[in-house]
Amino acid sequence: MGILANRETRVIVQGITGREGTFHAEQMIAYGTKIVGGVTPGKKGETVCGVPVFNHVREAVAATRAAASVLLVPARFAKDAICEAVEAGLQLIVAITEGIPTQDMIFAAHVAQTKGVRLIGPNGPGMVTVGETKLGILPGHIFLKGSIGLASRSGTLTYEIVNELTQVGLGQSTCVGLGGDPILGTQFIEILPLFEKDPQTEAVILLGEIGGAAEEEAASYIKKMTKPVIGFISGRTAPAGKRMGHAGAIISGGQGTADSKMKAWRDAGVFVAETTREIPALVQKALAKKAAAANKCRGTRFQTGSGIG
Amino acid sequence: MKIHEYQAKEILARQGLPVLSGQVADSPEKAFAIARKIGGPVVVKAQVHVGGRGKAGGIQLANTPEEAREAARRLLGKPLKGLMVQKVLVEEQCEAEQELYLGIAVDRQRKRNVLLLSAEGGVEIEELAVTKPEAIRKLYLDPARFLSEPEIDSFLQQREVPGADSLKKIILTLEKIYKEMDAELAEINPLAWIPSQAYKVLDAKINIDDNALFRQPQMAVLSEESETDEIEREAHRRKIAYVRLDGDIGIIGNGAGLVMGTMDEVSRAGGRPANFLDVGGGAKAEFVRNSLEVILMDPKVKGIFINVFGGITRCDEVARGIIEASRIVNIKVPMVIRLAGTRTEEGRALIAQTNLIPVQSMQEGARKIVAWIGKGK
Repeated sequence: MGILANRETRVIVQGITGREGTFHAEQMIAYGTKIVGGVTPGKKGETVCGVPVFNHVREAVAATRAAASVLLVPARFAKDAICEAVEAGLQLIVAITEGIPTQDMIFAAHVAQTKGVRLIGPNGPGMVTVGETKLGILPGHIFLKGSIGLASRSGTLTYEIVNELTQVGLGQSTCVGLGGDPILGTQFIEILPLFEKDPQTEAVILLGEIGGAAEEEAASYIKKMTKPVIGFISGRTAPAGKRMGHAGAIISGGQGTADSKMKAWRDAGVFVAETTREIPALVQKALAKKAAAANKCRGTRFQTGSGIG
Repeated sequence: MKIHEYQAKEILARQGLPVLSGQVADSPEKAFAIARKIGGPVVVKAQVHVGGRGKAGGIQLANTPEEAREAARRLLGKPLKGLMVQKVLVEEQCEAEQELYLGIAVDRQRKRNVLLLSAEGGVEIEELAVTKPEAIRKLYLDPARFLSEPEIDSFLQQREVPGADSLKKIILTLEKIYKEMDAELAEINPLAWIPSQAYKVLDAKINIDDNALFRQPQMAVLSEESETDEIEREAHRRKIAYVRLDGDIGIIGNGAGLVMGTMDEVSRAGGRPANFLDVGGGAKAEFVRNSLEVILMDPKVKGIFINVFGGITRCDEVARGIIEASRIVNIKVPMVIRLAGTRTEEGRALIAQTNLIPVQSMQEGARKIVAWIGKGK
């Protein structure tokens, strides 16, 4: 099924004729993603990875009935590319591009939001509906199909943790890299309700980092969730006022610290990991606790004779 | 990217905002000359990127040009909260009846620019946000257009601030500057209402979005200057994402989150990271070599921990890059290396033929590098 896309989702790649675009289009096809076309202005008529290239997203949609796009265009063209995809009627846009100006993203996120289009990223690895489709640059072979959802502000840290989960047999449902920028199409608080509703997901892992207040904001929603949440924050040793690689990873004016985020999550009942190593064990603990609670409920129902068929 | 107060004020002045008369000086003699030209009591302000500059002694009053020269002499060439003062701004003194805060910033959660106004200026806005949040008024800006005059009128009507008409003009200009310059923050704090019933900009701060420097050429020129650390400047020149920290363990990783995670693990193991360095995707030999060179420019570095997770990137390629780089760069400190992900085994086999110290996990690597450094003492 997947919370954002599934094996039937028809996908185009914006920037498909670029080096990265072509390479990752191939990788996505190899994973099983239904890549139906690509867009690069001025390259109409070419064929890349066996799919046709168009000048404009609108043409691509008309010819291929695409519903989603993976954006691998240079930063300076990203705003227009996102707006073009929104206006062409796509429902899902996954922006991989790093280095998009903040003001461009404020505008593009606004346009997407106004039209009700789901924008993931930018400056993230994209997303995987495990065993079905991949929209982005995540390494497909590390995933194992299962019931753990994951949303993250980081790329390689996500791979690291997915890899560990897979090694201990904890499979994943959907994994989403939300991106490392200050302005993101989708933040924790916007992705969590999708996991909460998803029948395939039993628990959710959130990988946060310093900077901003996305983790604190998510805490209010987590309190209301029925599914357990396991969290990790990177950047506990990062000094204030310094940007740690990601444009969004900066502690400013005493806000956005790892401590503040961990506290907010603990208060909301999140299983907070001190180190990445603890995450698989915490997931198992959270699932066991949930199962125990469910058994208790069922037991009660039997005793009162109101068992459900 | 942060620019200095005097640079921010030059920008504001060019757009017609009421900046005090003053000039920047890099020597006591220049400070003297500027003060004499101003011809009255002046204030001498250290131009460094630190908060709480006044409390740290970075802002000094001078009644005469001679006092201005002395103040400049006390400040120039000396560190203020760890940063070297290279320039001072010499400016006329100004009496304020009321001090306001006015700023435009990015609200990440709302994904909007926001105008912030407070009748209680002079303190840092983040501090005010904690101690007295109700004193800050916010107006979210529409991403698709500029503020309209009626919008500002109605925003100001509910505030107890003097000179609404002049303030409106200042707001309109500040918004124009903010958007045209690709700023992430533009603030005037304090914005003073003076006895002759006018506004004056006492202090100003503008931060420019690094991602937009490609279309802000005039700012890109200032960017080099804004880097105060020599190694950071060199790293920037080599286009390496590097942040200098104060420990002795060099850190290299791929991906910002993983590098931060690695720093955290090293700290947990009792060590202190010397830097943040993200080699990003690919990790080509040339880039790894550049990265190692940058890290070793810091004489405090006693060991290096390389932590790579090969996603699309293959570990054997990364290993080759590291081996090649370590042949060219003369490395005398121990290097612990952890490879995981795609083609780990091949990568580890290559590492086994070198004197690099291989480890299986990030945690083990952190413990090992800390132990090695302990031995060296």
